[in-house]
Amino acid sequence: MTGPGTHQVGALEARLRERRDAGSKLVVPYLTGGLDGEWIDTLRALAAAGADAIEVGIPFSDPVMDGPTIQEASERALRSGTTRHSILDALRGADVDVPIAVMTYYNLVARAGHRRSASELAAAGVAGAILPDLPLDEAGPWLAAADEAGVATVLLAAPTTPDDRLAAIGARSRGFLYAVGLLGVTGERRELAASARAIAARCMAVTDLPVLVGVGVSNAAQARELCEVADGVVVGSALVRRLLDGAGPKGAGEFLAELRAAVDG
Amino acid sequence: MSDASVPTGAGAPRARLMGVPGPDGRFGEFGGRFVPESLVPACVELSSAFDEAWGDPSFHEELDGLLTTYAGRPTPVTECRRLSEQLGVRVLMKREDLAHTGSHKINNVLGQALLARRMGKQRLVAETGAGQHGVASATAAALLGLRCVVYMGEVDVARQELNVFRMRLLGAEVRPVSSGSRTLKDAVNEALRDWVATVETTHYCIGSVMGPHPYPYMVRELQRVVGDEAREQCREVLGGADPDVVVACIGGGSNAAGTFAGFVDTRSALVGVEAAGGAALGSGVPGVVHGMRSMFLQDEDGQILEAHSISAGLDYPGIGPEHAQLAAVGRATYHSVGDDEVLDAFRTLAATEGIIPALEPAHAVAWLLRAARTGEVPPGSTVLLTMSGRGDKDVAQVMEMQS
Ligand SMILES: Cc1ncc(COP(=O)(O)O)c(C=O)c1O
Repeated sequence: MTGPGTHQVGALEARLRERRDAGSKLVVPYLTGGLDGEWIDTLRALAAAGADAIEVGIPFSDPVMDGPTIQEASERALRSGTTRHSILDALRGADVDVPIAVMTYYNLVARAGHRRSASELAAAGVAGAILPDLPLDEAGPWLAAADEAGVATVLLAAPTTPDDRLAAIGARSRGFLYAVGLLGVTGERRELAASARAIAARCMAVTDLPVLVGVGVSNAAQARELCEVADGVVVGSALVRRLLDGAGPKGAGEFLAELRAAVDG
Repeated sequence: MSDASVPTGAGAPRARLMGVPGPDGRFGEFGGRFVPESLVPACVELSSAFDEAWGDPSFHEELDGLLTTYAGRPTPVTECRRLSEQLGVRVLMKREDLAHTGSHKINNVLGQALLARRMGKQRLVAETGAGQHGVASATAAALLGLRCVVYMGEVDVARQELNVFRMRLLGAEVRPVSSGSRTLKDAVNEALRDWVATVETTHYCIGSVMGPHPYPYMVRELQRVVGDEAREQCREVLGGADPDVVVACIGGGSNAAGTFAGFVDTRSALVGVEAAGGAALGSGVPGVVHGMRSMFLQDEDGQILEAHSISAGLDYPGIGPEHAQLAAVGRATYHSVGDDEVLDAFRTLAATEGIIPALEPAHAVAWLLRAARTGEVPPGSTVLLTMSGRGDKDVAQVMEMQS
């Protein structure tokens, strides 16, 4: 593998590159922050079970990229009083040994101001940010603030992204490149979309960043299949549904271990 | 109206307002294209398809043909003599309530449906609040042989039952939305989620001057027929003069934008009227939601707040980005009125002019009643008010509230 190019490599990218370059496939779970009273324990359980990084959702009132499962989790978290600050405060004290990336919507970082939001993330020990409603063309001011604060902004590539755009997205993404596996919102799917393998391969061809496929990756078998063509997977709704159903930290850890075993296998 | 307290267009930086935005879709600091990556190519494609169609005389010929022979344009301007006498202000009304399907929404939808067909898209998705945009979309889809799915909040499904039935009669599928506040904002979310998944075959037929570029610009252009007609009609009635005040209600802002587009380069004062419980310009702050940077009701964290209005069509916590710009530069002013004033205006207009307004434009009427009373619109002024839709859909709701 070649090096990362000229940009500053933060904790997220460093960890994922290191693991990938050592021959391991990457598993990154997504967890809605503030989902319940024990979500930080869930975070620790995921780390202990072998997560390479963890995405923490900061819930938003209008999550247009999310399907019913994460919508429900977001509503539940917001109803119980979860805020951006309560999540960041909890993360600051969490003391987990894997990099954390927040996944949220642009208005939540724009509202407080780019520089303030970025430095608050950094101060809470957050290594990356994923903003699915902030496409490359509109991202300039946020990217500048995030770069300055040392927060890696992970960009998304979609099955509809044309080749020239894909190259630009790959070049500007930090941490990893998020390959959106299907046209649609987050949520479990019985079958892996044909587009998942295709977008993974296209992403792998344009960047040396780790490429993770997310959206619609629903179980261990699908994760294993995608790891044939990508560096790893992001698994969200399948985990969050288990948590909504009461799996708790222990159940979350067991599910992560299952994913881990499948991709390592 | 020399001592008008509503600012006029005189001295405003006219040339740059309500023109063609650049490729970034900005209106000053507002607008833009804040959508998931999956939708960016579709927005780019739509942008060039619209530019190409809008510059093509054959597209205009087909659209104008439908607007004339199908939708009933031009709609008249009515001189409201009894109301004028009562208010001491000369009131002219642009009668979009007389257009096919009962509101201005048909103007936008015929244009977008023709465009969808031109782009080879066979399916329309739409959001609706009051149901007027849903009905218009279902109508255009029936006319052009397209499939149509309309998302509507559960609260609105209940209070606009009649329009739900109309949409189904027209062959559309109405999908009730049970998330969030279960009103227009959530219907937009759900329509966007549909479009993210179906973008290759589906056109998202947005119902107002909102959403990502090119929608705010495109919908304003498709609605400018309202203002262009009205300006000429007013000049006929007023002996070549423009009205002192031009007023329209604002949900997302499409009937107002279409109206203002005809008057932005005149001396007329432009006034938009929001619902008090959904006053994005009155009480909102800048934010980015539904693909656009604009003004939104939101809390300190950036969570979007629920709007509250008796009018389903104005029950939206945001506003189209071009209105945010017009407000910021002072070319238009925005006011809000409460539910009680609106009901009062609804009854007043019915009894004095024999026009039962939709609850949405009843907001514009309510502002006018108040402004004439307080002198904000001085006696002797001339006013054009856009009657954006008829009240048939609201009669049952008002009857229920009375009992
Ligand atoms: C009759 C009527 N007027 C106005 C509106 C508000 O929309 P806009 O502000 O886009 O004109 C609606 C929306 O449902 C409507 O039905």
